[in-house]
Amino acid sequence: MLLFLILFPLAGAGTSLFLPWYQGRSWLLPLCGGLHLFLTCLLLNSPAPQLGPWIGLDALSRLVLIVTSLLYFGCAIYAVGYLNLRRDRGNKIIVPCLLIFLVAMTLAISARHLGLLWMAVEATTISSAPLIYYNRNRLSIEATWKYLLLCSVGIGLAMLGMLFIAYAALVSGAMSVSLQFDSLLSGATILSRPWLHAGFVFLLVGFGTKMGLAPLHSWKPDAYGEAPGMVGALLAGGLTSVAFLAILRAVQLMTAAGDGDMARQALLGMGLLSMAVAAIFMVRQPDIKRLLAYSSVEHMGILAIGVGIGGLATFGAMLHLVNNALTKGCLFLAAGNIQRAYDSKKLSRVHGAIATLPISGSVFLAGFLAVTGSPPFGPFMSEFTILRGIFSSGQVWIGLLVLFLLGVVFIGMGATALTATQGEPVHLETDFKDSFLLVISPITFLLIILMLGVYLPEPLQSALRDATSLLEVQP
Amino acid sequence: MIGRIALQLAVLLIFAPLPLGVINKTKALFAGRIGPPVLQPYYDLGRLWRKGFVISRTTTWVFLAGPVVGLVVPLLAALLLPFGGLPAPISFTGDLILFVYLFGLSRFFTAAAALDTGSSFEGMGAAREVTFSCLAEPTLFFALLVLARGAKSLNLGSLFGSQLAGQWQGDASASLGLILVCLFVVLLVENSRIPFDDPNTHLELTMIHEVMVLDHSGPALGMVLYGASMKLMVMGALLVRIALPIQTGSILLDLLVFLAGLLTLAVLIGVVESTMARLQLPRVPQVLVGTTLISIFALVLVLR
Amino acid sequence: MANLLLLLVILLNFYTLGSARLVACIRAVALQGALLALLPLATHGPTGHALLLGAGALLFKGIFIPLLLLRTIREVRIRRDVESFIGFVPTLVLGLLVTAGAFIFSDFLPLAHEHHEGLFVPTALATMFCGFLMLITRRKAITQVLGYLMLENGIFIFAVLLSAAIPLMVEAGILLDLLVGVFVMGIVLNQISREFTSLETERLTALKE
Repeated sequence: MLLFLILFPLAGAGTSLFLPWYQGRSWLLPLCGGLHLFLTCLLLNSPAPQLGPWIGLDALSRLVLIVTSLLYFGCAIYAVGYLNLRRDRGNKIIVPCLLIFLVAMTLAISARHLGLLWMAVEATTISSAPLIYYNRNRLSIEATWKYLLLCSVGIGLAMLGMLFIAYAALVSGAMSVSLQFDSLLSGATILSRPWLHAGFVFLLVGFGTKMGLAPLHSWKPDAYGEAPGMVGALLAGGLTSVAFLAILRAVQLMTAAGDGDMARQALLGMGLLSMAVAAIFMVRQPDIKRLLAYSSVEHMGILAIGVGIGGLATFGAMLHLVNNALTKGCLFLAAGNIQRAYDSKKLSRVHGAIATLPISGSVFLAGFLAVTGSPPFGPFMSEFTILRGIFSSGQVWIGLLVLFLLGVVFIGMGATALTATQGEPVHLETDFKDSFLLVISPITFLLIILMLGVYLPEPLQSALRDATSLLEVQP
Repeated sequence: MIGRIALQLAVLLIFAPLPLGVINKTKALFAGRIGPPVLQPYYDLGRLWRKGFVISRTTTWVFLAGPVVGLVVPLLAALLLPFGGLPAPISFTGDLILFVYLFGLSRFFTAAAALDTGSSFEGMGAAREVTFSCLAEPTLFFALLVLARGAKSLNLGSLFGSQLAGQWQGDASASLGLILVCLFVVLLVENSRIPFDDPNTHLELTMIHEVMVLDHSGPALGMVLYGASMKLMVMGALLVRIALPIQTGSILLDLLVFLAGLLTLAVLIGVVESTMARLQLPRVPQVLVGTTLISIFALVLVLR
Repeated sequence: MANLLLLLVILLNFYTLGSARLVACIRAVALQGALLALLPLATHGPTGHALLLGAGALLFKGIFIPLLLLRTIREVRIRRDVESFIGFVPTLVLGLLVTAGAFIFSDFLPLAHEHHEGLFVPTALATMFCGFLMLITRRKAITQVLGYLMLENGIFIFAVLLSAAIPLMVEAGILLDLLVGVFVMGIVLNQISREFTSLETERLTALKE
């Protein structure tokens, strides 16, 4: 079933290549996305699906899988409406690419072999490049080029990191050289330390580039800014989670080898830097999509800090992974609607969104409140948990710094988001209207994070606890 | 001792024009021609020797000193160098510096002879020749230093001694490979071969070495050509010895291996000349700096 | 044998860094890829794994990717010479420095006993560094692709040492990723030249804070 889950979108991609029917191609997306979500739910209820030694799901990957699948389904529904608006640009390329992107993400999530993981993550880079280039103008070329080159080079470094870890096994001499994750974990204590550490650093840098941790985030605002809204949502919510999962694998390995503290320190440092950089660039940001991109950098920083602190904060980070993905989905889709309506994403043109586009504008504003961590939304809960974890671990100064940065982000983001949404209605030059397909997904995402902020269902709690405990396994 | 010297000189004098013939033959075959006979350089030398001198009235004795020094220097240099398995007849510590500067001496006199004619073309050629040679010199030095490091000695005889064969097996093989490439480039530059210079060009503007000897005629031109061919052989001997560090013990066999290596080298030069276009003049220094860097790198490799 | 191959790889690094002609650069990188294809055979002997890996590397790194790039430069009709932010000689000097640095550095690495003598690790590092140098110093987008390929070549050298750790399926996937990646880059290059009428990355500066 796992294999089917990974491969059936590929069949969908093949079908879409030969389907000479515009609407049909568009509807393939929610069809595949829905089937994917359905199968994922089935898989989650079955005990530990495993497919040979290379592919399998553990608690961590289940969590990422369900989030990604949910986000993808939402984006797929949105995509139907979006592609209807963009008949001029066609969907012959974007639909297969989106489906392959889904395949690559699922494969990356379920990979139990580092080589396979690498291959799948690189495949996500390649399949998402045409998505970013969808608008076919100078700016999107530039964004695509930067994205492609930076991420490819970054991923190349991650490959080197993997090889270093394999070399650590080779130098230790006592175990068979393999990149199969379970065998690496079981033999982690005898891995040669210097190579393991070097490998971790390269993996962190490589997948950190993909995830968009500062100082390796420079492609992020460009790519998110120029890509269509749903692609931004998929990248910011899905792909970053996948890259984060890859980093968590490295952390798992380091923890199993008894060097978890070093890994956590590195994550903590990069996380704080990401938050600081994001906060600086978010103040007076005149472009709503770039604003969201920096917000993504910030939240990647929060995730890294959560895992870097450990304990309760790790639990918070896992919860935040879910919240961040869905909130970003909601925001990017709403921002995409606003951009379509105003034919711009600059503050100079965009204002009075609530009055002009009642639904998209309101969802955007609510999403802004959610993403900055205001109650009663889910991100408030997760950020609060992380902060509690930080303070209870005794690192008061880090806690205060995070609080301060969150405050700066709130103010910086608020200035832009409020200007965009408040004010008199403007006369739109485009004939864009909030339609059912375009608003149902962001509203659903918003409702889910609202629910997560008020009530955490027991199955999710236990899933989060399982994922957290995987990261805490000591040698 | 005397016998050794005589043998070395005899080998040099007899076989020096042969590689030139092989190069020309190779090039001809690449171009689809039959080409001149392999022994053509010998015939050319004989023909030139029978002709008379034509000497410009503006020149002085320096003009004639050029060809003479050009002829004598390779003979002296050859005495310091083992020819394949044949050990060097004369050997003392530091003779590698003498070896390099002997060629500097001959270059000085060739350039001086060119300047002596007062022709602007020849002056230009002299300037180019000197520039490229002084860029090629560091490469030669660093290459020799790499060998010196391996031999733990500073005389050419032991530099090219029997330890080379062992070095190819061991750690230093990388360095040896690198300096082999560098020395090949130096050989091409010093002997004015394509892609650095074209020995057959007919346009003075593009000439480097050829333009310097335009005014020589008859036996003097013969001496220049003979000297040039011996220079090719002496520098080729460096390469052949590094590439084929075989020592059989029997003089005849060693000599045969050496000559076979030399002719292979000549074929290789012919192939390079046939397949490559000439480099732009500004690119030549870049290439030479490149080989210098590679030879420095080779030195770093053996020093580490 | 392996050392000789690696030596040629280093020489090709220098050649690529110093070469002024784009086609020559592409050929050099292609040759490097083809040489690397021999590396598994030279290291592990003619086992099935090594043969397939070598064939794959030859096909992708030595043939498909260079053909793709050559076709791209034919299509976009760009000027055939490489332009660099710094001169060729300084690039070469930097290349030498990083290569020598790689060799010295790898002496300090805790290598497995059997790798102390060989050139594998230093060459891998040196090739990666030279690839980075290409990425950073060259102006044209296509030379950046070449730099990326050199980087991958360096990583490949390291991977050959560890080919036991990486199953053939994954190797194939990695090579395929590389090919498709370069293919996509080629398409983007085409679009860049169509939009900007040049391949200079300096034109790609509209997006910034």
